[in-house]
Amino acid sequence: MKKELKRSNAPIFWGLFGAGGMLSALFGPVLVFITGVAVPLGFLLPSGTMSYPKVLAFAQNFIGKGFIFAVIALFLWFAAHRVYHSLHEVGIHPGLLAKLLCYGSAFVATIISASVLLGIGF
Amino acid sequence: MSKRRPYVRPMDGWWKKNPYFVEYMIHESTALFVAAYAFVLLVGLYRLGQGEAAWNGWLEALRSPLSVVCHLAFLVAIVYHAYTWFKIMPITMPPILVGGKKLEPCVITGSGIAAAVVVSLVFFGIVWRIAL
Repeated sequence: MKKELKRSNAPIFWGLFGAGGMLSALFGPVLVFITGVAVPLGFLLPSGTMSYPKVLAFAQNFIGKGFIFAVIALFLWFAAHRVYHSLHEVGIHPGLLAKLLCYGSAFVATIISASVLLGIGF
Repeated sequence: MSKRRPYVRPMDGWWKKNPYFVEYMIHESTALFVAAYAFVLLVGLYRLGQGEAAWNGWLEALRSPLSVVCHLAFLVAIVYHAYTWFKIMPITMPPILVGGKKLEPCVITGSGIAAAVVVSLVFFGIVWRIAL
């Protein structure tokens, strides 16, 4: 027996997958509808819903900041995990490169969104 | 290298032979749409950080017909993701015991979908309130 049992990192990625899957199941449809359909077409919501001052104020608010960060980061960690584990199904044997592309892009996106959100200020 | 070329059963398109696996591949692939939408939001956040002109450019890009069509596709895929997420939740979550009996799968799926509907309506209402 080894002195220290090596711990698996799987629960962390599985946890991020579960959190992102749940968040996208609860908020995904309404978010896509608002930002991608209702606001661009200018129906149902007041004009200027996503104007610069309003969105900036939302991103500077503590709750708004946390929400934006959670949505972008967790959606991508969820997708990275699911895509990585589906590669085998389409005949790609997952290796280090696939792992780096999937989880790496989620990691980079997490860092970018965190730094932009911190740069925007409180 | 051995000169033997043993027969390896081809596995291309294995999932097309069984409707169960076709559905599985469709619901797994919804993750690509979730990722695409998150990247759109990431670009938006980045443009927000660059100032008002950059932000307005992103809003203008969202108004293009191609963008609206893409977002309608995201919407369909993500609604389907939500539906399948709650449909398989009875299997993926630990069993809940109520009065010594396991909660029925349809109760778990139903409450998940109901929660998503309530969250959508409340969130839409909050956005409406902030925008007024």
